[in-house]
Amino acid sequence: MNELYTEGEPIRDTKAPEGPIEDRWEKRKFSAKLVNPANKRKLHVIVVGTGLAGGSAAATLGELGYNVTSFCYQDSPRRAHSIAAQGGINAAKNYRGDGDSIYRLFYDTVKGGDFRARESNVYRLAQVSVNIIDQAVAQGVPFAREYGGLLDTRSFGGAQVSRTFYARGQTGQQLLLGAYQALERQIAAGTVKMHTRHEMLELIVSDGRARGVIVRDMVTGEIERHVADAVVLATGGYGNVFFLSTNAKGCNTTAIWRAHRRGAMFANPCYTQIHPTCIPVSGEYQSKLTLMSESLRNDGRVWVPAKAGDTRPAAEIPEDERDYYLERIYPAFGNLVPRDIASRAAKNVCDEGRGVGPGGLGVYLDFADAISRLGRDAVEKKYGNLFEMYERITGEDPYTQPMRIYPAVHYTMGGLWVDYDLQSTIPGLFVIGEANFSDHGANRLGASALMQGLADGYFVLPTTIGDYLANGPYGEVDEEAVAEAEIAVRNKIEKLLSVNGTRTADSYHRELGKIMWDYCGMERTEESLRKALERIPELREEFWQNVKVSGQAEELNQALERAGRVADFFDLAELMCIDALHRTESCGGHFRAESQDADGEALRDDENFAYVAAWEYGEQGPILHKEALDYEYVKMSQRSYK
Amino acid sequence: MSERAKGMNLTLKVWRQNGPEDKGRMVTYRVEDVSPDMSFLEMLDVLNERLILEGDDPIAFDHDCREGICGMCGMVINGVAHGEQVATTTCQLHMRHFEDNAVITIEPWRAAPFPVVKDLVVDRSAFDRIIQAGGFISVPAGSAPDAHSVPVKKVDADAAFDAATCIGCGACVAACPNGSASLFTAAKITHLSLLPQGQPERASRAKAMVEQMDAEGFGGCTNTGECTAVCPKGIPLDTIARMNRDYLKASK
Repeated sequence: MNELYTEGEPIRDTKAPEGPIEDRWEKRKFSAKLVNPANKRKLHVIVVGTGLAGGSAAATLGELGYNVTSFCYQDSPRRAHSIAAQGGINAAKNYRGDGDSIYRLFYDTVKGGDFRARESNVYRLAQVSVNIIDQAVAQGVPFAREYGGLLDTRSFGGAQVSRTFYARGQTGQQLLLGAYQALERQIAAGTVKMHTRHEMLELIVSDGRARGVIVRDMVTGEIERHVADAVVLATGGYGNVFFLSTNAKGCNTTAIWRAHRRGAMFANPCYTQIHPTCIPVSGEYQSKLTLMSESLRNDGRVWVPAKAGDTRPAAEIPEDERDYYLERIYPAFGNLVPRDIASRAAKNVCDEGRGVGPGGLGVYLDFADAISRLGRDAVEKKYGNLFEMYERITGEDPYTQPMRIYPAVHYTMGGLWVDYDLQSTIPGLFVIGEANFSDHGANRLGASALMQGLADGYFVLPTTIGDYLANGPYGEVDEEAVAEAEIAVRNKIEKLLSVNGTRTADSYHRELGKIMWDYCGMERTEESLRKALERIPELREEFWQNVKVSGQAEELNQALERAGRVADFFDLAELMCIDALHRTESCGGHFRAESQDADGEALRDDENFAYVAAWEYGEQGPILHKEALDYEYVKMSQRSYK
Repeated sequence: MSERAKGMNLTLKVWRQNGPEDKGRMVTYRVEDVSPDMSFLEMLDVLNERLILEGDDPIAFDHDCREGICGMCGMVINGVAHGEQVATTTCQLHMRHFEDNAVITIEPWRAAPFPVVKDLVVDRSAFDRIIQAGGFISVPAGSAPDAHSVPVKKVDADAAFDAATCIGCGACVAACPNGSASLFTAAKITHLSLLPQGQPERASRAKAMVEQMDAEGFGGCTNTGECTAVCPKGIPLDTIARMNRDYLKASK
């Protein structure tokens, strides 16, 4: 173990105020220095990424009067992958009077994260959640409403209260368009300068502070330098390290990985969320996986054949030869057990040879009972759009035959380490949304990603970054630091183009993803992780010897874009495996087979692992810094869904 | 599944254009053993992998979420924007809808305000500028009243949502014989003008957005209806009537 990493000094958050948890955010807001309005336009902030976090942050900073430059790799800021979120957004409005409160949302989030998140951050998230709904409604986000004209809510992801606001199955789209429109308004007002089709490839660190980025114009291939007073990364998660995931094809780790290489610590990289209800892989050519909202589990029953190797069509398998395994193993929660438990149970039955569909990697999600109980019309009303999406992709009709589903990588709770101000270990580098590690601990609850992205972007960052900027100015940017960052980018591009080997970047990515899925996926063991740590460096070595990237640097070159991203995924994959190997406990989305209770549930080891693992980049291997987690308000307990 | 997964052989005629100044041409490719379960973009991925290994330039095309919601993908397939399957983005179109040995033509969106960047990639930034002109409600973060302070009739909220589902892909422009962006612009105007929150800026929004649409060089609407026929989200044609009413009122 010790040959893989070394341990450094502990780390801690110094920004969260002391005192009662409900007062901390108010206190921090008051203690944060303000920037004189006349000075704001002289202060330049770069925001990378235009999803819920980045879009809302850039818009809000623009409204406040800062001089903002925003980048996205898509052709428009409206396309970031927040747009694909289906289910909804949590907020502690308690509009239903069903016992919800800020404290309960805080409690549920800490518990759902399996006691691996910071209390102060999560409490603030729950507090701010109510403002997000107000903001979105005022922007014209068309949330679902009841006949009385008030907002509808639903219960989601096993929550016992109805606190999830939604816009049919397209909540992410509607919230993102709200943020996008606010952003476009600022672009028109001249406060935000937008660069689409630009990809951040390096962070500029001058005199120990983040002072800019090197980006590539993806149309011309030109390498550009942009300097600023502070940099905000809102570049999303790294689930695509598995190649197949529910992320968009373009999602990648390059921005946060480059920042990590320049000194930003990476926290809990091994915390990965696997979503249980995705459409299974159909063949080798598969390019991504599609999620089906987990609301389907409210009415669908999950089953597999009782006998291994039963290849009869579903309709020919009689009731007594089916195994409704979730209902059997978890009689209290049945088909509604949390995401990680449902995912692992599906893997287990498939490992037993009882999976269905191509390659035996699928389980049935059957609506026959729901259709006979509620009628086809009622089922169609509830799930019509999801059934249609399923039919589009598989060519099968879920009204007449059961859906096939399988777990897929969906979200990464890990990310760059940030303090209560959302500032990384590089001063002046702020990280928001899925790109940071801050609020979800080891497992994220359904409908909480949208909440966190918007909380960070609309409400938290605009306050905390002001404090940083008010403490400036930070002087001239060192020309040499800028040149050095640019040269690093140029060298990497040149190297990728010069290998001229025999395999495409995508084929390496696919193989890396398979290693990660097999050895660092739903279930991890010391043996599997060691195997991964052997295979990853070998494959990376081969990649740099044998990758084939066609075309030139100075043109639109999608092969080159991909190769650069894959190169960074290799390095991240290695750190994920080291993190997973060092954390010998199971918690949330991280399941170590060696650490389970008699029922096969994740078994935490609070005595040894109640900390955030913050990894510093080191030439001789990563350096682990532990941030101890103290629970003053929520009592640590073992989850049980039996 | 597995029994019908017999490979198909296809002939693709693909528009290749090096850049905005290049004249461009159709190039023919053979692809073999295509699985009917592949998506259209996965079929192009497989071809591109082959082109890269042969040292050729892969076919450039825009795509991202690959689940029909980001609006980034879009090509004219056999003369129809996003292909013949209704209410479907290119990424959600699957090869099972094509015949074995078919010849498939693939072209970019064609409209003067959407200049070709490369191959099938076009520049749709004109859409962003139409939104900049007024496609928003002005509400700085932190200034909003409680969400329940203004009730909204369910029918209005639902109709606003239907218009708001526009993904900004541009198929409407590509399909329109006039190259009009009316459906896109009207969808946003309709979404916001149906809500009480959208009333204060209703007139100025309609005026500014329509004027920007014209300034970008999009054509006028002659009620052909091709736009709504190809729209992956089925944005209804009557949104355009609503836009015209709001615009006329604002221009008085």
